[in-house]
Amino acid sequence: MNAELVSELKAPLQRAATRARIISTLGPATALAGIGWALVQPYRITLLHPRGQDFWWLFVEPPLLVIAVGLFFHFVVVPGLLEDLEEEHAAAK
Amino acid sequence: MQPPSEHVHWLFATGFLLLGLCLLGEAIVGTEVWRRRAWRAYLWPGLAFALGVLMWPVMTFYTNSAIHMIAHGAWAQMLMIAGAAELGLVRGKLQSQWWRLAVTAGFLVSGSALLVHEQNAWFFQRSSFLHHLMGWTMVVAAIFPLARAIKPRSQVAATGFALTFVVAAVMLYCDRDVAPVFGHISELAGTPHR
Repeated sequence: MNAELVSELKAPLQRAATRARIISTLGPATALAGIGWALVQPYRITLLHPRGQDFWWLFVEPPLLVIAVGLFFHFVVVPGLLEDLEEEHAAAK
Repeated sequence: MQPPSEHVHWLFATGFLLLGLCLLGEAIVGTEVWRRRAWRAYLWPGLAFALGVLMWPVMTFYTNSAIHMIAHGAWAQMLMIAGAAELGLVRGKLQSQWWRLAVTAGFLVSGSALLVHEQNAWFFQRSSFLHHLMGWTMVVAAIFPLARAIKPRSQVAATGFALTFVVAAVMLYCDRDVAPVFGHISELAGTPHR
């Protein structure tokens, strides 16, 4: 096979792999940011010192919300997206 | 049972962060792949519309002054118009890409609303600082939806648009009702929260 043709075929493959890798890191990176925030400012997690707190202070915990968003994106949005990315790439081949 | 206003900011921040991640995902994989599943196609415009709807209770229950009410009301209307225009585009009911300018208007109105309803100076206390910062961020970032309307396939415009929501989420998470900013707080601001 022509070497030029092989490299032309490889380029979209690599692009798709890079996209898949970036997409897969978004959720864990967000969750890690939330964990880092919780470690730096543990007082923002009111659940750690719940005595005397009202409902809203116990329900809305910003670092935990960031972690939850990261996990939701990774486990709910990303799997389907990777499947579709793969299908698109297969169709293009 | 009414949440303190800082909690409302943090809940909106969570919505913005999810929206930012989804838009970033769309920018990375491309619109064609992103729209392969209907729920994903409708996610961004649906969330924008929902944020507009949720802004009405904010207008109703957090009426500190007339200017607060007008700013929140204008904001609610513009978010709903922008969300509806994008929904129309995704559904195919609207054909012209110029409808995307509704989001540009949404950004400009959101930025102006943030700036207008903050009546204290930048360094009065933290929420004042963040309102000014967010307001100017939204006004300047209006360039991204404008670029999306002119060049719908622009990667820079799509990424910038997505990152605007992530940055707005970070700023909203930093918000506190009364707290120092860079170690400074006005004597008139009141007792700082944790």
